[in-house]
Amino acid sequence: MAIDNQTVKRVASLAHLKIEDDKLDATKEEFNKILNWVEQLNEVDTSNVEPMFCVNGGEVPEREDEVTDGNIKEAVLKNAPMQEFGYFAVPKVVE
Amino acid sequence: MTYTIKTAQNEWEIVCGLEIHCQIISKSKIFSGASTEFGDDANENVSFIDAGMPGMLPVLNKECVRQAVKTGLGLNAQINKYSVFSRKNYFYADQPNGYQITQYEYPIVGKGKVKIELSDGSSKEIGITRLHIEQDAAKSIHDLNPKKSYIDFNRAGVGLMEIVTEPDFRAPEEAGAFLKKLRSIVRYLGTCDGNMDEGSMRCDASISVRLKGEQGMRERAEIKNVNSVKFAMQAIENEAKRQIEIYEQGSTIEQQTRQFDQTTGQTKFLRLKEYADDYRYFPEPDLPPLYLTDDYIEDVKKEMVELPDAKKERFIKDFGLTAYDADILTESRQTADFFEKAAKGHDGKKVANWILGDLFANLNANKLTLEQSPITPEMIGELVDLIETNVISGKIAKDVFVYMWENPKMPSQIVEEKGLKQVTDTGAIETVIDSVLAANPDNIAAYKGGKTNLFGFFVGQVMKASKGAANPQIVNEILKKKLG
Repeated sequence: MAIDNQTVKRVASLAHLKIEDDKLDATKEEFNKILNWVEQLNEVDTSNVEPMFCVNGGEVPEREDEVTDGNIKEAVLKNAPMQEFGYFAVPKVVE
Repeated sequence: MTYTIKTAQNEWEIVCGLEIHCQIISKSKIFSGASTEFGDDANENVSFIDAGMPGMLPVLNKECVRQAVKTGLGLNAQINKYSVFSRKNYFYADQPNGYQITQYEYPIVGKGKVKIELSDGSSKEIGITRLHIEQDAAKSIHDLNPKKSYIDFNRAGVGLMEIVTEPDFRAPEEAGAFLKKLRSIVRYLGTCDGNMDEGSMRCDASISVRLKGEQGMRERAEIKNVNSVKFAMQAIENEAKRQIEIYEQGSTIEQQTRQFDQTTGQTKFLRLKEYADDYRYFPEPDLPPLYLTDDYIEDVKKEMVELPDAKKERFIKDFGLTAYDADILTESRQTADFFEKAAKGHDGKKVANWILGDLFANLNANKLTLEQSPITPEMIGELVDLIETNVISGKIAKDVFVYMWENPKMPSQIVEEKGLKQVTDTGAIETVIDSVLAANPDNIAAYKGGKTNLFGFFVGQVMKASKGAANPQIVNEILKKKLG
């Protein structure tokens, strides 16, 4: 599977990565190399194999419905680049 | 029901499906131990997991799973013994991980169905596509600062059930009836409080139109955040009309996301679907699949309460209620319980009339909920009995009700204290009638001369003279005899 510069741009925008135009070709090559390598997996016939969603296997651990966390406002906000009135403050996001 | 939108040229049909997010009732969040309490100070109920701190791992809250299974059973749906959590990737300030943990290909609940009742007396089955569990996002506040948005993570990580319906709605009213039914089901079950105005139940609608008789579906618009039953109905109608207008001008609709504007009732453009919704789902590496056993599902079934549909059927059968009355009385569990307590051992139909009439009118006028009612179910039951056994007349009962409302006591006590007991002693009534007749010789002559509608006048005079205490039936009988 070969991808083009258009796809590189789209993936970059979905991942919030800025790729300058003069880096597009090089990035595309890197993408393709990785994809080609992963495509080796296609050599294995998996038509009769159930998909596996977790390498560890086993069941999801569950916890009781109890309040055991929170009330650590200061710690939660500590690394915020901007905070006001106890809120995280971010550049205006309006849809 | 058939609902179409007719224009000069064509007759159009609506095709609509709903997606409803219901906040799960639980003490703590779905993947962290922080409280789900609504209305606390900003960022108080936040753990490092909810804040998306690196290295923190989610641990599933078993109560959220149970609530989802319970809701699935309430929607007559398939419970999947195997389900998988997925990551839905997107960047937004309300989602610090850059992804939401949700379920994608393998939801916890599969296909189901919900019956709705419509105003024309018909009913319809709405298909449920799926129900999956996921985490809620943080709440953004946009109106405190012109240049900044403020984020409160108290809501981040609260458990959600996303319920998706089939595109089975053909009329705004059907969508409205469904939302009401769903709200009533989750409230009965105690799995979501159903408060749309507080955002604990939120609705998106997918809407397209097609010519009547046309097969297949056209491009649809998804309307975000229609947060009341009324708004949902309004949004569907107005969006359908907007699309029809575009088609009739010869243009086409592109798949898009729109927002409902509560002030205008119209929808406005947000974004095209094309690239925006590329969420790159993949299985959540931090959570293994969720397995449920048959025993577990059976166990949850045992906790199920009687749901509105079943209760309604029983009320109609056991108490002889009309479908309409039974519908209103079963909409909330509190109302249904109140009625049932009041009707126990009394005439259920009459009890229903008092609750739906005088009681609801008084509650509404005083802006009270049923829980705040000064009048108890027992009082209503006894009041009905007092009328049935001729202790008081229906008219006096209305007065007793007013006393009861102002000064809550059992009606029998009020009747005793105020001396409201109906006079059924024919001798005593006859005496009153005689005195009324003696005072009105002219009217007697007129009556005998053919003005038979004066009969009502005599009854009224007798009732007045007896201060409403005379049994009206006996008054009628004696008067008829005396006036010949």
